[in-house]
Amino acid sequence: MTIVVTVNGVQYRRDVEPRLLLSDFLRQDLGLTGTHVGCEHGVCGACTVLLDGEPVRSCLMLAVQADGAELTTVEGLAPGGPDELHPLQAAFRQAHALQCGFCTPGILMTLVAFLRDHAAPGDAEIRDALGGHLCRCTGYQNIIDAVKLASGAPAPAGR
Amino acid sequence: MAPQPRLVGKRVLRNEDARLLTGRALFVDDVQLEGMLHVAFLRSEHAHARVKGIDVAAARRRPGVVAVYTAADLGDYWRPGPLLVPPPPIPGLEFHACTQVPLVKDKARHVGEPIAMVVAESRYVAEDALADITVEVEPLAAVVDLEAALERGAPLVHEQLKSNRAAHVVQKKGDYDAARAAAHKVITRHFLYDRGISAAIENRAVAARWDDRAEELTVWDTTQAPIPIRNGLAAMLGLLESQVRVIAPFVGGGFGPKIMMFYPEEVLIPWAAMRLGRPVKWTEDRQENFTATTQERGQVHDAELAVAKDGKILGVKDVFLHDSGAYDSYGLTVPINSQCTLLGPYDVPNYYSEFTAVFTNKTLVTPVRGAGRQHGVFVMERLLDFAARELGLDRLEIRRRNYLPSGAFPFNNQIIFQDSAPLVYDSGDYAPALEDAARMIGYEKFVREEQPRLRVAGRHVGVGVVSYIEGTGIGPYEGARVTIEPSGQVRVATGVGTQGQGHFTAFAQIVADVLDVPVEQVHVVTGDTREFHWGTGTFASRGAVVAGTACHAAAVAVRDKMFAVASRVLDQPVEKLELAGGRVTAKGATDGGIAYGALAARANPLRGAVKPGTEPGLEATAYYGPDRGSTASGVHAMIVEVDPETAMVEIQRYVVVHDCGKLINPMIVEGQIQGGVAHGIGNAFYEQLVYDDTGQLQNASFMDYLLPTAGDVPRVEIAHRETPSPLSPIGLKGVGEAGCIPTGAAFAQAVEDALADFGVEITEIPLSPDKLFDLLKKTRPKKRNVVVLEGSFVFAGPRSAVWDLLQDPAVLGTALPGAMRLERTGDGHYDGLMKVGIGPVTAAEFSVRVTLRDREPPARYGMIVEGKGSFGFTRGTAQVTLADHQNGTEMTYRAEVQVGGTIAGVGQRLLDSVARRMTKQGLESLNKALAARL
Repeated sequence: MTIVVTVNGVQYRRDVEPRLLLSDFLRQDLGLTGTHVGCEHGVCGACTVLLDGEPVRSCLMLAVQADGAELTTVEGLAPGGPDELHPLQAAFRQAHALQCGFCTPGILMTLVAFLRDHAAPGDAEIRDALGGHLCRCTGYQNIIDAVKLASGAPAPAGR
Repeated sequence: MAPQPRLVGKRVLRNEDARLLTGRALFVDDVQLEGMLHVAFLRSEHAHARVKGIDVAAARRRPGVVAVYTAADLGDYWRPGPLLVPPPPIPGLEFHACTQVPLVKDKARHVGEPIAMVVAESRYVAEDALADITVEVEPLAAVVDLEAALERGAPLVHEQLKSNRAAHVVQKKGDYDAARAAAHKVITRHFLYDRGISAAIENRAVAARWDDRAEELTVWDTTQAPIPIRNGLAAMLGLLESQVRVIAPFVGGGFGPKIMMFYPEEVLIPWAAMRLGRPVKWTEDRQENFTATTQERGQVHDAELAVAKDGKILGVKDVFLHDSGAYDSYGLTVPINSQCTLLGPYDVPNYYSEFTAVFTNKTLVTPVRGAGRQHGVFVMERLLDFAARELGLDRLEIRRRNYLPSGAFPFNNQIIFQDSAPLVYDSGDYAPALEDAARMIGYEKFVREEQPRLRVAGRHVGVGVVSYIEGTGIGPYEGARVTIEPSGQVRVATGVGTQGQGHFTAFAQIVADVLDVPVEQVHVVTGDTREFHWGTGTFASRGAVVAGTACHAAAVAVRDKMFAVASRVLDQPVEKLELAGGRVTAKGATDGGIAYGALAARANPLRGAVKPGTEPGLEATAYYGPDRGSTASGVHAMIVEVDPETAMVEIQRYVVVHDCGKLINPMIVEGQIQGGVAHGIGNAFYEQLVYDDTGQLQNASFMDYLLPTAGDVPRVEIAHRETPSPLSPIGLKGVGEAGCIPTGAAFAQAVEDALADFGVEITEIPLSPDKLFDLLKKTRPKKRNVVVLEGSFVFAGPRSAVWDLLQDPAVLGTALPGAMRLERTGDGHYDGLMKVGIGPVTAAEFSVRVTLRDREPPARYGMIVEGKGSFGFTRGTAQVTLADHQNGTEMTYRAEVQVGGTIAGVGQRLLDSVARRMTKQGLESLNKALAARL
């Protein structure tokens, strides 16, 4: 099947097998390997991308379902490269909110949408938003701090 | 020029973050090469089954399939893997090595063991072809339970052995039996610790390319140990080590299982790439990860602690079974860690430890973050808790009385550690960490004030405080090469792989300080054997300690070279030179000298001579090989609240005081601790691999196997102590595993404390809400120093009159047991003074506060009474209901009164009788007061 998708502002037309996962399409067909796959059953959240602005699990969708859609992946957050980080990415670095960094792209995508919809989130709201992501390295706390940092909330005490 | 500020010890932001945050960091599954083929494995569905035949013909015919391999196709390449860690030289040790095989030949020994390998143009086609393969099997009874595995007549995992016994080890210190005979008390318990997965979010992956013209094999591998993989592959494939390049690029979490070698896939993918002449890649999926990636933690302990009357440890005996899984390729690292870590920070003069490692039809056991240390800490800390309870000692006090004193180091425990060296603690200072943790969590206030107050209010809160040590930073060695390039940039190469520990920054900090350059100017490369091919890997909390120290040594050697070359160039004696602002200058000079880059160019001339006895370039390689490991330590403390109805546990606070010697980067260390604690919380309460009695894993997905999420992990409050290691010139100790080592022990103690009224005893980890629920069902609330008063009383008067009476402080005062006077201080609040006599305490005076709440006139109300005095305290809650009665008004009441302090010492029976007598008197005097009013 032929599909047309816009990813990070670039339009792609590709022939794909109907069974091809969106995650595999992004990683293999488009070479956008920043989107990671951790569980292939929609729990870990590493593969999260924005589909028409909303976070979705790219491992739970077929590429053909994204036909006509506008997608944003982690590569689209800092189009200028590592020297021009998105404010959330910069906050992640500042707060040491990543260790191995494998789950990070999916978490960033969820949080970009979350911060767009929640101007000054509290701890409980952030924990809730992160509930759909698994991170084995950080223990989450620094991610919560990073979200607060990015949203302009005062830094937590003791840091 | 001013020197750079020192970076070691500072919260330096990470050099590697930008690449990771922008999706530009390379992970193994990101490797995509022209003509690449993809692999899927057919894995055993049976835990134990004889394989009688495999038919792959249909799979080979499927379009897009390039090759299908079974054990028979491997020829001489099929051979059991190496024994990774030979057992240490412990006298009398028995060990049977049975290592994993690339593909099942005759018998499958665990679910998930690979039987056939399909190579195809895409992973999709490869997986399709798995369905084309038929395997004829004869299922066998599975060995699952550790104790049953050793029974006579149990099915055998390895038939060449007479039993399922993989190893038997006894280590002794002193004379435990004599200690036991002299003991005031002996605490004996049975402990269980069960399996979990490491759950790195990145699954394993291997990609390989054979370059026929360069005659070079390149392998990308999610391994924690690229150099041993290179050397092993070269040997297996008949290549020179220099013909094999193994790259462990960014690795998405390791936690231990990624250092297991050789996984079947690591043996097979490079072989297939060479055989087929095309790049080949395999990436594990999550379901495979649950059965094919190694696991840990199954042990059963029977332990006892002999203590003196004052709580001093006289000796410990521990006899345990260790689950090896189907093969024991990793040797005895895990059970020996359990055996050694049990001793903890305590002075244990007599120790008898015996373990039997057992083969089972389950996935292989190799270290997972903590690597057996959890079990030792759990057993020891629990025994101390039980001993404290029996001796009437505070939990902290029994620990204080047993810590090794700060002057005891180096301290030889007289047994052998996993690294084959004697278990000698290099340095430590244990007692202050306990006091720090107790202060941070507010232990005294919690147990004396908050917990009793909340308990009276019906809430189940508890505190846990435990100690631990962690053997870290073991040998054999690591190395590093430091180079100053003509651009002035500094390059560091080391052999350890990195899985998120911040090596790109921590090593850069160490080198930057020696060479006096900004951290961004130091470019670290790890995990690529072309860059550095001497070393072992990242495991045992050793990367920063061993490779970090090697980086330091190499940087110092480069600095010496810089001075030597600059001395000639600047015509100054070496002792008059210094490094400042990226230049080598005369000491005290504000300008002049020579920039590093220019110096590097001068050290590598295109003409002229490099003098005999010198080397070109500003480059040095150095190694660090400690004789033995360094011992980190710490204390974890947590406060929990348990809901006995649902058995859910909320962790309200978590404090860690940790001592890993000199800190390189506190931000990274705290990240390791916070993450480790999260892992530990998972192990303690959420994560457990559930096998049925046929060896089938029942929860092989993240839907069923619960990893802690952001809602489950509290903010960990962390404090550091720095007791430097004398073994390392920069005083480092490891930290990677510490966060999850004592968590289970702290959790058990805290939950038990919260449920003290129920008499729950926790001897098993992981706990889970349902297991805790079962424990609660088996017990009844068992309250100490609590009097429960229940009954009814008929007042001779109408309900409204009784109600009014009960709101009147003057009257109420006479009704409260022993009350003297009471004043109303607000709506429903009364303060006063009460005097009671119980047994030897003839007139204990209390100041009391009475609060009425939930008032529904004239039907019911609740009452809280809190009393404090020099003889102790009393706290009570009561529910009072009034109903019309043929003779007037019937009051029904239920009250729970708790007393503490001296008066609690009189004993439960006396308390009961006094309380009943006082209640009866109180109600009768109230009735008289009522009659007087009417």
